[in-house]
Amino acid sequence: MKKLRIEDKLYLIGYNVDHEYSHLGVSDPEVCKTCEKKQCTYVCPAVVYTWDEKEQKININYDACVECGTCRIACDYITWKYPRGGFGVAYKFG
Amino acid sequence: MRKKDFDVIVVGAGPAGLAAGYVLAKAGVDVIIIERGKFPGSKNVMGGIFYREPMDDLIPDFYKEAPLERHIVEQRMWLMDDTSHFSFGIKTQKHNVEPYNCFSVFRAHFDKWFAKKVVEAGALLINETVVTEPIVEDGKVVGVRTDRPQGDLYADVVIAADGVQSFLAKSLGLRDKITPEKVAVGVKEVIGLSEDQINDRFGVKDASEGVTIEITGPFLKGMEGMAWIYTNKTSVSIGVGVIVKDIMEHHKNPNDLLEEIKAHPSIAPLIEGGDTKEYLAHLIPEGGYNSIPKMYTDGFMVAGDAAMLVDSVHREGSNLAIESGKLAARTYLEARQAGDFSERMLSRYQEKLEESFVLKDLKHYRNLPELLEEKRYLLTDYPQFIIDAMVELYTVDGTPKPEKFRKLKEELKSRFGYVNLAKDIFTIWRKMR
Repeated sequence: MKKLRIEDKLYLIGYNVDHEYSHLGVSDPEVCKTCEKKQCTYVCPAVVYTWDEKEQKININYDACVECGTCRIACDYITWKYPRGGFGVAYKFG
Repeated sequence: MRKKDFDVIVVGAGPAGLAAGYVLAKAGVDVIIIERGKFPGSKNVMGGIFYREPMDDLIPDFYKEAPLERHIVEQRMWLMDDTSHFSFGIKTQKHNVEPYNCFSVFRAHFDKWFAKKVVEAGALLINETVVTEPIVEDGKVVGVRTDRPQGDLYADVVIAADGVQSFLAKSLGLRDKITPEKVAVGVKEVIGLSEDQINDRFGVKDASEGVTIEITGPFLKGMEGMAWIYTNKTSVSIGVGVIVKDIMEHHKNPNDLLEEIKAHPSIAPLIEGGDTKEYLAHLIPEGGYNSIPKMYTDGFMVAGDAAMLVDSVHREGSNLAIESGKLAARTYLEARQAGDFSERMLSRYQEKLEESFVLKDLKHYRNLPELLEEKRYLLTDYPQFIIDAMVELYTVDGTPKPEKFRKLKEELKSRFGYVNLAKDIFTIWRKMR
């Protein structure tokens, strides 16, 4: 089987994106600058978090989030809520 | 009199919440189930193997009607390293006759169907609504706040079946923060294949018969986890779950790990030519018995994943969820009879769980998470020895068999030492007894 890129996999998932509100955030962005491991950038199965070297901040692509919550277990500075009712991931199979 | 909209509010329409809702609705209780997804199942993920028994007790012969994939006739276990796997398992015609033992399922299909049954039984189901916090008055849980306008709802009892994150139990102080060694992140792909491809590759007669493969061993490089392949009618589910702490320490992205597993020479031929239909991820509560929170307080009970009720050794979860939902509902019925929804009364829920297979099973394996955390080599070095020994014994290279056995014994001694080996066997026996 050909190796799939994560972008291609996420494309297969049904989402109802909330364009007004991000359910993910970082409580203290200053901490990210000195965070050595930046675990959010690799623990997330949907690669929602990426480090922006130029801006010195974590970019959060919240509309790709599959709501597993691994990031909030790995990092105490991530503020994680459920998306508003009806929004977010909607699996076809599950 | 206090405001009351319903007798019971159930938070979450997964197996635990739906089972509670079903028992309550059947008993004529005014019950509402609140689900945050578009429909029940839309946020839910499991491996997924579904055991018949607790569900059959709720809705007899459900399997004749529910949307299930294949009934499982063969369960294989693989110890795998980078080049080899050692396989054992059980295929039996005893699991090939009704009412069957377990089935492969898709939760988005199954939960939707189950929810329909619960609504037919008389429960009210509200989708697309997030419960944001419990409403507490005079130290008692009296309702929930939702993200809908004027969304406060009041009831005698709230049953929290809100999944592994369990914000409700956390906000009531019933459980601590979830730490990375207590949960696994599971990722899965549903890969489409034809019925015939699946039947041929897994050696079954037709699309009603299914096979499961659970895979552990040194291919996980010392991370504690399990990969799996389950056959559905026209797809296979392939996934891997690894303790979050290990993912963090090994700097391993879960999706990259899944891609490596898909490319493994033992696995690639099984999914060759397949077409990925969906990619999914979810947390699995794996802390076992010692991580179970307090499961009740005044006007409040916790069920399913929210109470960490998962038996990771036997990859059982949905059946424990259903059983706990049922028992929470039955506890409510007794409390209503007595007109008492206090913590003392609801402690009967704990007693019921202790008497059931749920806590008996989890208690049996209570020391395992700590044992594996401490002695990680049990998951790597021993499986590696078994794989190497099998390869050696099955390789014909002119070495006489007595010589091969002597070499293996030496190998065993040098890798582990007989004293350590005896100690490990004793420890495992003592902890699993």
